[in-house]
Amino acid sequence: MTVLPRIAGPAAALAVAALALFAASAASATVEVREVVSKSGIAAWLVEDHSNPVLSVSFGFRAGGSRDPAGKEGLAELTSVLLDEGAGGMNALTFQKKLERLSIRLEFEVGRDQFRGTLRTLSRNRDTAFETIGLALTQPRFDADAVERMRGSLLSSFLGKTRQPRYLARRAFWSSAYPGHPYGRPVSGTEKSLGAIVRADLQRFVADNFARDNLFIGVVGDVTPAQLSALLDKAFGGLPPKQNPRPVPAAAPKLQGGIVVERFDAPQSVAVFGQPGLPRRHPDYYAAYILNHIMGGGGFTSRLYREIREKRGLAYSVYSYLWPLRRSALMLGGVATQNARVAESVKIVRAEWAHMAREGPTAEELAAAKKYLTGSYPLRFSSSSRIADMLVGVQFEGLGRGYFAKRNGYIEKVTLADVRRVARSLLKPDRLTFFIVGKPAGL
Amino acid sequence: MLIGGAIAAGAPAEAGKPSREGLFNAETFTLKNGLRGVVVVNRRAPVALHMLWYKVGAMDEPAGKSGIAHFLEHLLFKGTKTLKSGEFSKIVAANGGQENAFTSWDYTGYYQFVAKDRLARMMKLEADRMANLVLSEDDVVQERRVILEERRSRIEGRPSSILWEQARRALYLNHGYGRPIIGWMHEMERLSRQDALDFYKRYYGPNNAVLVVAGDVDAAEVHRLAKKYYGPVPRVELPPRRKLAEPPQRAERRVIYRDRRVRRPSFSRMYYAPGYNSPAAQHAYALQVLARLLGSSSTSLLYQNLVVRRKLATTAGSGYSATRRGPSSFYLHALPKPGVSMDRLEKAVDAELAKILKNGVPEEEVEAAKQQLRDMAIFARDNARTGANAIASSLMIGRTVADVEEWPARIGAVTVDRVNAAARHVLQRRKSVTALLLPEQPTGGKPTGGKPAGVNPAGGKKAEVQKR
Repeated sequence: MTVLPRIAGPAAALAVAALALFAASAASATVEVREVVSKSGIAAWLVEDHSNPVLSVSFGFRAGGSRDPAGKEGLAELTSVLLDEGAGGMNALTFQKKLERLSIRLEFEVGRDQFRGTLRTLSRNRDTAFETIGLALTQPRFDADAVERMRGSLLSSFLGKTRQPRYLARRAFWSSAYPGHPYGRPVSGTEKSLGAIVRADLQRFVADNFARDNLFIGVVGDVTPAQLSALLDKAFGGLPPKQNPRPVPAAAPKLQGGIVVERFDAPQSVAVFGQPGLPRRHPDYYAAYILNHIMGGGGFTSRLYREIREKRGLAYSVYSYLWPLRRSALMLGGVATQNARVAESVKIVRAEWAHMAREGPTAEELAAAKKYLTGSYPLRFSSSSRIADMLVGVQFEGLGRGYFAKRNGYIEKVTLADVRRVARSLLKPDRLTFFIVGKPAGL
Repeated sequence: MLIGGAIAAGAPAEAGKPSREGLFNAETFTLKNGLRGVVVVNRRAPVALHMLWYKVGAMDEPAGKSGIAHFLEHLLFKGTKTLKSGEFSKIVAANGGQENAFTSWDYTGYYQFVAKDRLARMMKLEADRMANLVLSEDDVVQERRVILEERRSRIEGRPSSILWEQARRALYLNHGYGRPIIGWMHEMERLSRQDALDFYKRYYGPNNAVLVVAGDVDAAEVHRLAKKYYGPVPRVELPPRRKLAEPPQRAERRVIYRDRRVRRPSFSRMYYAPGYNSPAAQHAYALQVLARLLGSSSTSLLYQNLVVRRKLATTAGSGYSATRRGPSSFYLHALPKPGVSMDRLEKAVDAELAKILKNGVPEEEVEAAKQQLRDMAIFARDNARTGANAIASSLMIGRTVADVEEWPARIGAVTVDRVNAAARHVLQRRKSVTALLLPEQPTGGKPTGGKPAGVNPAGGKKAEVQKR
């Protein structure tokens, strides 16, 4: 809250992906989602809530780092930090002051497949708030001064990250999993690629991607459908009808097993591991989702947590998750252990992977996972911004407005036989590939 | 779950619905055994946040036992007289609950976030571990390895954290706030089962705790459930509260840390500053306004002058929190642009501060900052958690629910003169620690690089270490 939130690092990018993932499995009978269509045909999902005079908006385009041209990695990211650096007749300072004086928060965030915007405003300022979204999206200035300042900020962030083991491990993972593919390139750019971006690239990115046929909107809070309808035109009515997307081909991750070590002088080794996953719309997705929950997704109760942290004290944090990308799919995990014992952590992850592939979960584990996943479901609907994000996530995945009411049913329907079958077909212990940054003993 | 800034102290403001004259409209009760209860109703989702906060944290640790408050927090997830080790979390999960815990210098908290019909079950579990903790030697040995890994992740792996740890130690001359919450490695390695149990018996009891329930709940029903589950837990004999006053801060300090992992230097400075409980507490509200206008965003004075106009830094900001049992700090940070020497940046920062001290802060900026802070309070009411945290942390430091409810009004009462007086009181080099993060000294050859892992200014004011 005192740091200037100008830079979205890999964690932020991950958050976007995770959102899609969660939205995917989120559901609630607790919200009523309406579709609102403006006069000019802009559609948004709305959850009305008049209990507090505030409004949260989330919107997104299918346009993340994967649409950066080769050699210009970081373009989406740089665009995202420049949209509030002046628009229309206002320079950066005027634009930002206007927002701040009205306590309007407008932020942008970039992942591999998504370009997300979020807005939070008091009801009394919502007209201005929606107008500024429109200005930011259709008339960003990209003034030379602002471009250089934010480029400098991203460069400095990049250089910092190059000495962070977690970043290095993730980078190694992505570039090995997707060589020559946009997913293999760094969303936040490199020193070289950030330096190569020029103003025309930024303008082109906006023109190509910010379009009405590529737009998803979720709104939560103190606004009626009629009011929202007019607001939507203010914010998004000026967008061109059609995008001009840079194609991202489908790609299977090239993960062939083994351990890749990058030497780094630190007392602890950071490991990122992964293998191919399942696409979000795959019929077995929910079974895989439950499977992952039991393996390493389930907070303090997963197998990895129990074996690595609780029984042996080998790590503070160990986890796995599914990451269904738009054009690929992964199952990922991570653990950090002191150099002397990290080999043991790796061995246990492998063993758990093999064990689960062979036998699947127990009936008790499945029952417990279902109880948690369905029972914790309403918790996701406890703040406006979170609900707005989910509304967009579900639209991104094309799951339909009825999804929220059906989601727990999808979880309930999964049988033990399903999860065991998916464990056998999905989990590939010999393709589980480790990327370790540190001074791991014996590896 | 980091608490510390304005929002933690914050509460919704005057612009709320006319039907709600209060802010969070919290209701309170006290049980016979001394447990205080707070209920914050928020009906946006059928959920309940159940939290138990103990008024004990790292500042209360005996000498030589740094990290014991946080270690005990981890160990509370082991067994009780009726639950096997690890069973607690299984039950919470089976009830669809999300849970965690956190330790700060001032307090230790535990929470479960559940569907509202699971509240009673959570109370039963939490009341049980308030008095019935059972630790095996094996539990302790394994969990100690976990906190050592946690320290490696949080501190040893991050040069900026190493620097902050040293800088805090330099800032507080006498107070436990100079000790890292997670503990010093060499002391953590020796924390024993008995250390944990001693600390537990001394401080964990209903008369040293605050129960906070927020969400779609009914205050009378929460009170009834609290009586049923927490009521039977006996009081503990609390030791007298240690209150260490700081001696006068007389000498400017500099802490310089070089690390080969650093690729670009960073500048930060902490000024010893009053909190809500300090002798100079009259500055506490004005300092929140000052931190806001000085360095909370890209329109604020430091960013505009150092980053935009003079192009000496890639980012710059400031921060402050008043919610402390003891003294607080006001901090500044800036990352130099490549090619800008640390010396030049520091001089520029000091020139900005000198300008403010000489000319005073602009009235327009003060009014804008006040408005933004009060607006934050309205947003805080959007979910159940923010208000619950603000009230709980306030009670933990000996303040009242009313202090939180009146926060927007008190921010509103801050004047330009008060901000200037607060700035003059705090921004004195003799009361400060300047902390520099630098690349490793070149040994004859070229420097190893230019930039840091980004000083994480939040690291400097990190108020809590999370459990899991």
